[in-house]
Amino acid sequence: MFEKILIANRGEIACRVIKTARKMGIATVAIYSDADRNALHVQMADEAVHIGPPPANQSYIVIDKVMAAIKGSGAQAVHPGYGFLSENAKFAEALEAAGVAFIGPPVGAIEAMGDKITSKKIAQEANVSTVPGYMGLIDDADDAVRIAGEVGYPVMIKASAGGGGKGMRIAWNDAECREGFQSSKNEAASSFGDDRIFIEKFVTQPRHIEIQVLCDSHGNGIYLGERECSIQRRNQKVIEEAPSPFLDEATRKAMGEQAVALAKAVGYSSAGTVEFIVDGDKNFYFLEMNTRLQVEHPVTELITGVDLVEQMIRVAAGEKLSISQDDVKLNGWAMESRLYAEDPYRDFLPSIGRLTRYRPPAEVADDEHVVRNDTGVYEGGEISMYYDPMIAKLCTWGPTRSAAIEHMRVALDSFEVEGIGHNLPFLSAVMDHPRFASGNITTAFIAEEYPEGFEGVTLDQKSLQRVAAAVAAMFRVDEIRRSRISGRMDNHERVVGIDWVVTLQGESFELTIDADHGGSTVRFIDGSAMRVTSGWTPGDQLARLEVDRAPLVLKVGRIHGGYRIRTRGADLKVYVRTPRQAELATLMPEKLPPDTSKMLLCPMPGLIVKIDVAEGDEVQEGQALCTVEAMKMENILRAERKAVVARINAGPGDSLGVDEVIMEFE
Amino acid sequence: MKDILRELEDRRSVARKGGGERRIEAQHAKGKLTARERIELLLDEGSFEEFDMFKAHRCTDFGMEDNQIPGDGVITGWGTINGRMVYVFSQDFTVFGGSLSETHAEKIAKIMDMAMQNGAPVIGLNDSGGARIQEGVDSLAGYAEVFQRNIMASGVVPQISVIMGPCAGGAVYSPAMTDFIFMVRDSSYMFVTGPDVVKTVTNEVVTAEELGGASTHTRKSSVADGAFDNDVEAMDEVRRLVDFLPLNNRAKVPVRPFFDDPGRIEESLDTLIPDNLNQPYDMKELILKLADEGDFYEIQEAFAANIITGFIRIEGRTVGVVANQPMVLAGVLDIDSSRKAARFVRFCDAFEIPILTLVDVPGFLPGTSQEYGGVIKHGAKLLFAYGEATVPKVTVITRKAYGGAYDVMASKHLRGDFNYAWPTAQIAVMGAKGAVEILYRSELNDPEKIAQRTKDYETRFANPFVAAERGFIDEVIQPHSTRKRVARAFASLRNKKLENPWKKHDNIPL
Repeated sequence: MFEKILIANRGEIACRVIKTARKMGIATVAIYSDADRNALHVQMADEAVHIGPPPANQSYIVIDKVMAAIKGSGAQAVHPGYGFLSENAKFAEALEAAGVAFIGPPVGAIEAMGDKITSKKIAQEANVSTVPGYMGLIDDADDAVRIAGEVGYPVMIKASAGGGGKGMRIAWNDAECREGFQSSKNEAASSFGDDRIFIEKFVTQPRHIEIQVLCDSHGNGIYLGERECSIQRRNQKVIEEAPSPFLDEATRKAMGEQAVALAKAVGYSSAGTVEFIVDGDKNFYFLEMNTRLQVEHPVTELITGVDLVEQMIRVAAGEKLSISQDDVKLNGWAMESRLYAEDPYRDFLPSIGRLTRYRPPAEVADDEHVVRNDTGVYEGGEISMYYDPMIAKLCTWGPTRSAAIEHMRVALDSFEVEGIGHNLPFLSAVMDHPRFASGNITTAFIAEEYPEGFEGVTLDQKSLQRVAAAVAAMFRVDEIRRSRISGRMDNHERVVGIDWVVTLQGESFELTIDADHGGSTVRFIDGSAMRVTSGWTPGDQLARLEVDRAPLVLKVGRIHGGYRIRTRGADLKVYVRTPRQAELATLMPEKLPPDTSKMLLCPMPGLIVKIDVAEGDEVQEGQALCTVEAMKMENILRAERKAVVARINAGPGDSLGVDEVIMEFE
Repeated sequence: MKDILRELEDRRSVARKGGGERRIEAQHAKGKLTARERIELLLDEGSFEEFDMFKAHRCTDFGMEDNQIPGDGVITGWGTINGRMVYVFSQDFTVFGGSLSETHAEKIAKIMDMAMQNGAPVIGLNDSGGARIQEGVDSLAGYAEVFQRNIMASGVVPQISVIMGPCAGGAVYSPAMTDFIFMVRDSSYMFVTGPDVVKTVTNEVVTAEELGGASTHTRKSSVADGAFDNDVEAMDEVRRLVDFLPLNNRAKVPVRPFFDDPGRIEESLDTLIPDNLNQPYDMKELILKLADEGDFYEIQEAFAANIITGFIRIEGRTVGVVANQPMVLAGVLDIDSSRKAARFVRFCDAFEIPILTLVDVPGFLPGTSQEYGGVIKHGAKLLFAYGEATVPKVTVITRKAYGGAYDVMASKHLRGDFNYAWPTAQIAVMGAKGAVEILYRSELNDPEKIAQRTKDYETRFANPFVAAERGFIDEVIQPHSTRKRVARAFASLRNKKLENPWKKHDNIPL
């Protein structure tokens, strides 16, 4: 076995690999760019080597620099994680030449599968069913439009070297095809240093289901069940689970066997993933094979009990697989939520900055309940603009799908992240969505269920009442504390009352609080009552309560005259008032926020790449106005309605902050 | 006997109606509460004790003798906020437009005298059309009686003004002399002369809101210390402020039960200071992480944001915080920030509130507008205020402490009790680049030499240890343990006794 390995990656996956290596008694070497000097993976590793400036194309994906780090540290093997150099055949070749083991598949397999066009041909030859499409490379936008016409819209434009949604666009007509081709090409160039593009038929109403395979270098291969990854936004996976709520045993077996057959066809060893599109009739088509560890591998680990990183290391060291297909048993259900530094209220635009608060839920591991959080950040750390905006993968496991979902709901509510925009409210919203709960999902789930984007969650009456009861009980604790300040007039102290009116989400609840030693009984005016217990004390930013014995977790912040409460994806201003205060509050006029409808505001910190219009231009709804680059994603900002451009305040190359005015309309 | 008792109730109910239903409705229609409703919200339920409910004016001119309303346009008395005594007056716009008569002024003066005598804060809720014109000079005399009491009470009991309607002309000078002024957005304004006079005299066309609304006074003029969305919120936040303040200049700061470990470690503070010296960071994060329960009551948030002032609690006790804000103008000291902080420091010192100073200051802002505006004297105000303050003073230098601004920001030399520095601190006359340009002017066209000189300077001075070697810094501390160190420092200073030499009063450069 190796004594020392280098992890050619950063973030949560580098931390993940280090954990297993440490468990196996293997020393670890991290690499880091200037932006990651203080990163968690650097702190966790036994050694760390600096490899250059922040942009990945000057550090993490520069083969020479990584090779130098390997040589300097004396590492015997390299784990590439995902992204970066994980599927780069040249890197694998360089390692081979240097006599360093690659904790991944052989060069030939990477080459065969790394190119989506070649891989499709091989799959076809191995009798794996594939999606119709054009296998050649596309020269220019005109070529793209012509080929798209032949394949038939809608089409998917993809970077040959792509993954994770980068360099990928769907086009429904010629104009979108032209635009999508160019932006895919640009993104592919900046993210992968390879701007080759291809086009295939876009299968509507599909599910994305993938098979985890594991092969050794002695010709043995097994599959470890499937992962359902249909909850995607713009082709980026958001929530994954294992097993799939859709597959039956026969389909699973058929897919698994084809996946293993494909792996064997290319002489695969190590862990790999064969992605399929599955239609409503359980027909499945090969999409691509990822010759690396997937982001979402933890859900497979949670239902199989297999540590995939450990298996990869053992295979790379030449060991034979110690598990056979018969040993693989799928146990219970696992969910993964990807926590992204993306603001759901701003159309999921990337958010960068300092994590002023970062408190993941406590990890749990028992027979009924697992909470696992794979992360690469810490409180006080920085989410930089240079890398992927994913900050953590929160996984839960339970004996059933509904148990796993319920654990996830509570875990998401308990996750505290501040300082940056993040998608926790959106993840909570999906977990509470009836269609998600039913398992009737497709890759179009998000587009169909949130067509106008995510506008926050509106709590139902029962949930509102529970929150009202909880907050009233908390508020009373706060008020009693306030009434115990020093300097009071003896015998004339303030008596904190028991009658309150709680106002939230436009509704008011009149209630009475009977506090006793164990908690509070909250009685509503309609005669119903709720029992609230908690160990909350004033100032706690996370309140763990039980309302009628069911858990309720609230994030609590102070606002003028009340609390800001976040729970289950809802973001509420909650006011607790005496009946008289509430009566007077109804006399107060409503204040409206200033009108920004006639401005184009920069939705995220980023760089203006292009301004598409000029002052005085009339623009149509949906017309591109300008392009902002942030986190290597090109975001085209479009006109929300027909308007005339009155003034343009920024130009290409300008670096803008959130809400800076790019242009104004008449 | 029964009838006599009933008569009292009848008279009370007349007085409580103020200017009558119609005017009360008009008040509500403007989004404003009545004088009595405001008092209800301000004080603990049922704690209000009224004075002079039946007091009426004595004017006999212009038909006023036939127009008597008990209370005469202001409601006065005392009550409690969380059980602590405060005196309050609340002008009643429904009665003669809240205008100030001789008797109206007498009512205010009475509670101010009692507040001084009994050592409790005065809270004024202002909503008045101005002087009672029918009374002529008697009304002006009434103002002056109130002004004189504002002056005498200054530094004896806290005085808080809330502007909840018009406040114009001479009337502005009573709030102007109190410790804090708050305004209600869209329903209050303050100015010495109104838009009509402004138009006549200077030909400027300006609305009342632009001339003296909450936005103007919190952002431009700094007359107001804060603004709230409506009357309900304003009363709630005044209650919250009073919880931070001592009752008078002889009382200790209030102590509240607290639920936050004074020894709480904040690992994230170790990464607060960016690697790049010129990159800003948010000083408010440090304030919130040092404070009990992250509770910070900011004063003048919208003005001169390059310095932050406000109240926090540590171990349940009030502490005044003054902090440079690197996010705004790099945290530089200028005319506005010096004035803002100087006044805050003097308030804290007057009322025995310990002061925590967080320093990241690159110096004073250069330029003609600053010099012509008198930055010398305005900067001196802050220096003076810190130097004369005898309350416990704890200072933490997080990053830059350059030049004269280092001295000003509660340095050891100004009788700082605990002067801490983070390892990232740089205490020097100026930054390396500026220093080298002066010291090695002859070598400026040799970039290599200059780079070396800059490096040498940084090695020598860009740290807290030169100051620590001299005892100007008592201890270099880890950022993560700052709350604990600061809490222990203040705990050790609870019995601090320090007196300035006898003087009639000082002569601070006003």
